[in-house]
Amino acid sequence: MAEATHPVELTVNGIPHTLAVPARRLLADSLRHDLGLTGTHLGCEHGVCGACTVLLDGEPVRSCLLFTVTVDGQEVTTMEGCRAADGGLGPVQRAFRECHGLQCGFCTPGFVTTVTAYLRDNPDPTAEEAREAIGGNLCRCTGYQNIVASVQRAAEILRAEARRAPRGDDRARDERGGAEAKPAPRAEAS
Amino acid sequence: MTIAPARPAAPAQETTSGPFGASIPRREDLRLAAGDGRYLDDIGHQALAAAFLRSPHAHARVRDIDVSGALEVDGLVAVYTYEDLDGRVAEPLPLLIPHPSLHAPRTAYPLANGIVRHVGEPVVMVVARDRYLAEDAVDRVIVDWEPLPAVVGLPAAFEARHAVHADVPDNVAAHMVQTVGDAPAAIGAAPYTMDLTLEIERSASMPLEGKGVLARWDADDRSLRVYSSTQTSTSVRFALAAKLDLPVDRVEVVTPDVGGGFGVKIVHPWPEEVLVAWAALRLGREVKWVEDRREHFISSAHERGQLHTVKVGFDADGHILGLDVRFLHDNGAYIPYGIIVPIISSTQLLGPYKLGAYRVEFHSMYTNTVIVTPYRGAGRPHGVFVMERVMDALADRLGLDRAEVRRRNMIGPDEMPYDQGMIFQDGRPLIYDTGDFPETLRRALAMVDWSGFQAVRDAARAEGRRVGIGVAAYVEGTGVGPYEGAHVRVDTTGDVVVATGLTTQGQGHETAFAQIAAQELGVPVERVKVTTGDTRRFKYGVGTFASRAAVMSGNAVAAAAGKVRAKALRIAAQALGADLTELVLSDGEIAVRGFGPDGPRIALATVAVLANPLRYAFDEEAKRATQFAGPPSDGPPVPEGEEPGLEATGWYSPIRTTFANGAHAVIVETDPETAEIRILRYCVVHDCGRMINPMIVEGQVHGGVAQGVGGALYERMVYDPDGQLLNASFMDFLMPYASEVPHIEIDHLASPSPLNPLGVKGIGEAGLIPGHAVIASAVEDAEGFRIDRMPISPSELFDLRRRHAAGEVPPLHRSSKEGREDIG
Repeated sequence: MAEATHPVELTVNGIPHTLAVPARRLLADSLRHDLGLTGTHLGCEHGVCGACTVLLDGEPVRSCLLFTVTVDGQEVTTMEGCRAADGGLGPVQRAFRECHGLQCGFCTPGFVTTVTAYLRDNPDPTAEEAREAIGGNLCRCTGYQNIVASVQRAAEILRAEARRAPRGDDRARDERGGAEAKPAPRAEAS
Repeated sequence: MTIAPARPAAPAQETTSGPFGASIPRREDLRLAAGDGRYLDDIGHQALAAAFLRSPHAHARVRDIDVSGALEVDGLVAVYTYEDLDGRVAEPLPLLIPHPSLHAPRTAYPLANGIVRHVGEPVVMVVARDRYLAEDAVDRVIVDWEPLPAVVGLPAAFEARHAVHADVPDNVAAHMVQTVGDAPAAIGAAPYTMDLTLEIERSASMPLEGKGVLARWDADDRSLRVYSSTQTSTSVRFALAAKLDLPVDRVEVVTPDVGGGFGVKIVHPWPEEVLVAWAALRLGREVKWVEDRREHFISSAHERGQLHTVKVGFDADGHILGLDVRFLHDNGAYIPYGIIVPIISSTQLLGPYKLGAYRVEFHSMYTNTVIVTPYRGAGRPHGVFVMERVMDALADRLGLDRAEVRRRNMIGPDEMPYDQGMIFQDGRPLIYDTGDFPETLRRALAMVDWSGFQAVRDAARAEGRRVGIGVAAYVEGTGVGPYEGAHVRVDTTGDVVVATGLTTQGQGHETAFAQIAAQELGVPVERVKVTTGDTRRFKYGVGTFASRAAVMSGNAVAAAAGKVRAKALRIAAQALGADLTELVLSDGEIAVRGFGPDGPRIALATVAVLANPLRYAFDEEAKRATQFAGPPSDGPPVPEGEEPGLEATGWYSPIRTTFANGAHAVIVETDPETAEIRILRYCVVHDCGRMINPMIVEGQVHGGVAQGVGGALYERMVYDPDGQLLNASFMDFLMPYASEVPHIEIDHLASPSPLNPLGVKGIGEAGLIPGHAVIASAVEDAEGFRIDRMPISPSELFDLRRRHAAGEVPPLHRSSKEGREDIG
């Protein structure tokens, strides 16, 4: 018997999508395989490692623990949505590169999305706070030291960008919105 | 293929400028940090999905398999059992590293042939439209099992009341003895002797990305392309060609971005690699399998389980006169990777020390558990744990400072090269090339303020806190052979394209190898593009393991780039009408020395054009290489001894391994009530020769230390007596989060290796190696009784405290005295 599918509307990185998915399809699989957004990674499929973390209406969630049908009508931001408007590295991603905060890069999307949400509410964390902020994500390569540094560096970059923006926070938010509005190359291809 | 012998040349010129040695940001991060990497499951979205029915029993006979239920699943494409396998696919998987001491090697079949020998062994393969449906089908297969007695744990294996393999009744796969001098006699004659029993439990590599395979059979072209998340694409290619009976030229293996390896992905061909490729060929469809986390726990590989009994003889000054080590190594149900891990344990146990005499004997034992193959450190953490526990124990026995005892037994820098008189894992003599071990130790002690710790201890004690300090030293053989190669080409755009056979799992090879090529060719790093692990680009190679990539492929890239440089200069000399000795190559162009900015010069890109004499121009630049473009010449367009193209292949094959070394020192605090263990300081001094990119080196150390901390305090594979792995999830197998890994302080020494032209040594595993040893040393110091088993959890420490209070665990000698003579 063929599996029944359900229509789901969701906005991913600013782009609206309509999908028809089986009830049991995981959000992570929909993002990766239905929409081709492979920046989201699956490390454990039981919600512990955090590699699959995406932002759902701005808040970090584990996309391996959510059924796609349960996020109908919501907004999702993935690793691709954390890029700069020109498709290059976004502020948090740039900080990870500058601080050698990634090695194999598999866990990195979960860290970048988590840190993006964290810095929105905590723009100037201490090293201790930065370590706490990433406390729910596993990395097997880096020993976390350079990820902690990346969080602080990302905060620095974001604060500098906010200062450069003439209308302060509003402008910075516009820029981030702009980044989301521009589809990632792979999203276009899918 | 010709391989130049390793020339013990003077190390390459020390440069103060140039990309070699610079902490430049990684090239690969432009892709990986953008979420634009291509890992195994990021490709082949249209492929059929494979899933496996795996044994729920540790040891059982398969009486019958009923697949009829699976046939009802919509989207099912195929179901395979052992009976369906044909040709060499139906044979056992290869024994990768045969050894004369491995007298009873047994390897698994790709799908169980009548008997399963560990929980997780694949029994049935299902192929369906997607993974959800494939797992539905797996759930509907019914197997009639006849459970057999399981052998779990080293004591049970050695006791051999039951056998894992019916034709190996004593469960012994291998037995090996190595001796240097007469250790039993030396111990017998020694003024002091001591016995220790030391144990390390199982852990695992546990990369965040599991294994995975994607296979495409092109029936029209009669060719197979396999993508695998492996540490060796070149060897997978040969293995698959052999298994599938295909000409090797019709098989290509590509390693995409890999989400960590740490050793587990060097094993090959995995059952799934063979079966996915076989099914793709059989079905004429693209087939993919991506390992899930539970599968990784129960069907990939573990490491570390060893039980050591040690006898040591020493004199009143703490010199070791004789050391006799016997150990049991748990190799799991099969032994495809041979006995590399226990061989490394036996040999690297010696560390930076010279002993009067040494005897080591091990038995490698079959158990009904997941196979054991190298995990970062690969036998070294166990060996170092044993030796460093011995050092602490005899220092305590004699009332000497623990660091001083180490120093007294150390090989001095004036004794290099030092021959330990044993045979190492590469079949070559265990000869240390360079290093200043006492200086490494001295720096670690200075960093942690070893001599000032008594005051710290007293202050803590006054506050009711318990702190302890520990130290451990190690030597690591890195860059084992047999060889690696590299191809370097300068494109007509001026870009430099580098390819090497070995693979990458996050070590930054795209950057480090680019730095080497850029240095040699005088071009900016940004102009160098590096490909690893793609047999379409480079067919020969060995793999990424044993901290060997920088040493092996690094030197091969340097060799190839050196040839390209020489060729570019020859062509430029002719084009500029200059003498070779007058030419300078820098910033992507070759100029004649002494003429200043307006002098004669030619861009490397133009040299690349001229290097390939053309009949047909394909663009503006190419016109310069056509037959009517230049001055007439009498000689052949491609001079004798030259080849077209500005490119070359280089090889590096060392006479033996190069040895890195290091020392770690830590301070821990143990909670007097809960027995929680907290690391207050973690200090690392290491020496990996010349560094290509210090930022990457430190990143490797950080990651290694984190895994060392995990192995010492948190990670263990817990099997019940029936062979069920009780903690096969990230919920229950405790890998360190950021909250468990301390801030790591690092100091570098750089003793160049004379064995390779770049003077480099490996760094991949170093950070992990002394982890168990140094943390045991510090916890023991804090608690005042001996720690002889790792990892140690708070509940185990709590239990040891109770037994200590009850008089069952004796105190350290130094704890029973007033004052602590140990800290000097």
